[in-house]
Amino acid sequence: MLRLRCPVCGMLAEETELHAGGEAHIVRATAGDSDAEFEAYMFLRKNVKGVVFERWLHQYGCGKWFHAARNSTSHQIYGTYPAQSAEPPAALLETIAAAVSDSGITESGASAADESTNDS
Amino acid sequence: MDRYSVFALAREAIRNHRGWNRAWESPAPDRHYDVIVVGAGGHGLATAYYLGKNHGITNVAILEKGWLGGGNTGRNTTIIRSNYLQDASAAIYEKSRSLYETLSQDLNYNVMFSPRGLLNLAQTHHEVRGYRRIMSANGLQGVATSYLEPDAVRKLCPVMNLNGPRYPVLGALWQPRAGTARHDAVAWALARGCSAMGMHIIETCPVIGIRSADGAVSGVETTKGLIGCNKLALVAAGHSGTLAEMAGFRLPIESVALQALVSEPVKPCLDVVVMANTVHGYISQSDKGEMVIGGGADQYVNYTQRGSFQHIEETVRALIEMFPFLSNLTMLRQWGGIVDMTGDRSPILSKTPVDNIFVNCGWGTGGFKAIPGSGWAMSELVAKGEPGTLAAPFSLNRFREGMYVDENLAAGVAH
Ligand SMILES: Cc1cc2nc3c(=O)[nH]c(=O)nc-3n(C[C@H](O)[C@H](O)[C@H](O)COP(=O)(O)OP(=O)(O)OC[C@H]3O[C@@H](n4cnc5c(N)ncnc54)[C@H](O)[C@@H]3O)c2cc1C
Ligand SMILES: [Zn+2]
Repeated sequence: MLRLRCPVCGMLAEETELHAGGEAHIVRATAGDSDAEFEAYMFLRKNVKGVVFERWLHQYGCGKWFHAARNSTSHQIYGTYPAQSAEPPAALLETIAAAVSDSGITESGASAADESTNDS
Repeated sequence: MDRYSVFALAREAIRNHRGWNRAWESPAPDRHYDVIVVGAGGHGLATAYYLGKNHGITNVAILEKGWLGGGNTGRNTTIIRSNYLQDASAAIYEKSRSLYETLSQDLNYNVMFSPRGLLNLAQTHHEVRGYRRIMSANGLQGVATSYLEPDAVRKLCPVMNLNGPRYPVLGALWQPRAGTARHDAVAWALARGCSAMGMHIIETCPVIGIRSADGAVSGVETTKGLIGCNKLALVAAGHSGTLAEMAGFRLPIESVALQALVSEPVKPCLDVVVMANTVHGYISQSDKGEMVIGGGADQYVNYTQRGSFQHIEETVRALIEMFPFLSNLTMLRQWGGIVDMTGDRSPILSKTPVDNIFVNCGWGTGGFKAIPGSGWAMSELVAKGEPGTLAAPFSLNRFREGMYVDENLAAGVAH
């Protein structure tokens, strides 16, 4: 079972008290966007095999949303951070880069982390 | 290919079964093929099989990173049905179900298709209305289903407790020609059929890169070297996104874990398939006597082939309410598969931004039933370069154009 530290209330929340909210840092589409941009916003998730940044709701706890960084090939949790972040905090990205090179796992893990740095 | 028959069985019985040949060859890859199919699951194999059988294209290789049928095809709970809502779905799923009826004869291999009938239980008033609506739609689509009141459900399934405390059974959608088949046998039979036409099935050969020139595919990089091709079919379920990335485009897919479990074998007591979407559980009894149980999918991206414990608990809890005798059974095995979910819960059979690359994916939690129909439609798309009527509604463009084939109601639970 996944256990994530809720950055809002500080509790170590178990998966059963959480609700998964999907990929984080998706920028909302606006009225002037093209069909392709709307499609990307609506459907084209990164679906990374490696480090994923995602939203979670502390549903049966404090009821607040937050963000987490997790490895989708190992379920390793790198950390959680506030929902009000437009991108993952720099310290967390460093932790991830260190963890990924330590464990020697997946290039995709490393490239996923890089990708998200460039992204937002 | 040796034909299997009662005479062959008798002959081999006499000589201690020493004369059987391997069901399919495992050659080293050639340098170039007309068509390469990536993924030796049911859909990849069926695509290859019908490419040969319906379109005469046999210079084909099927590349598999692990072992044949070791993906979701060998991990599913084998429910076969075609009682979907939308016309496009009914067409391809019913084509598939009807191909299953004669698949054993066609492939000269017993895939143990068992059209034992399937109950979709209605346990809320919303579901009652939903299933009545599907029944009406199915009537117009030529898919035989009916709506049953609780008494008729009890007759079909006496071991079930219809008056469960949380969700009493209010009725059911009944598809009498739905059922199950043996999953491994479907993969093995198709592989044997492909091999007999001279196709190359190459296992433990992951594709690690895709080469293209002037916007068209030219070959794939694998751990066994570079292999050229004129056309490439990506049929890799939960791993489709990774392959699309190699080819330089993104798919509207999220990969999540779906789990199943089986009990110790018991005497025959359940001769229909029962699905209960409200409580998230479904069950059938295998020919060996095991109760085959599945439930809901996890909600987050996962490539580990392991799912969450609480989903097993949720599924078992739901089924024990409906089948109290299950509480006395020991569960033997539990496993997970990585399923490829699309936003409208319908598959993708489509051309892609790269010429001569085609994708077949997005079958999510319910593609075992679709194996022959999907192969049929996909082979036409690959052979002609354009989709036929079965595949056309399932193009990638539908997400951009808003032409969704919305099956959230009919596919509300994993199956
Ligand atoms: C627990 C569970 C229960 C299910 N129950 C049902 C059910 O009752 N009824 C139903 O209709 N459906 C069910 N499904 C869904 C069904 O199993 C799938 O939709 C179907 O099997 C998909 O077949 P496929 O050939 O597309 O994928 P797979 O069988 O997964 O085949 C894809 C293959 O591609 C290979 N591959 C991936 N990447 C690469 C690469 N880079 N290079 C080479 N090869 C690669 C994989 O190793 C794999 O063998 C269930 C699924 C699960 C997990
Ligand atoms: Zn909290």
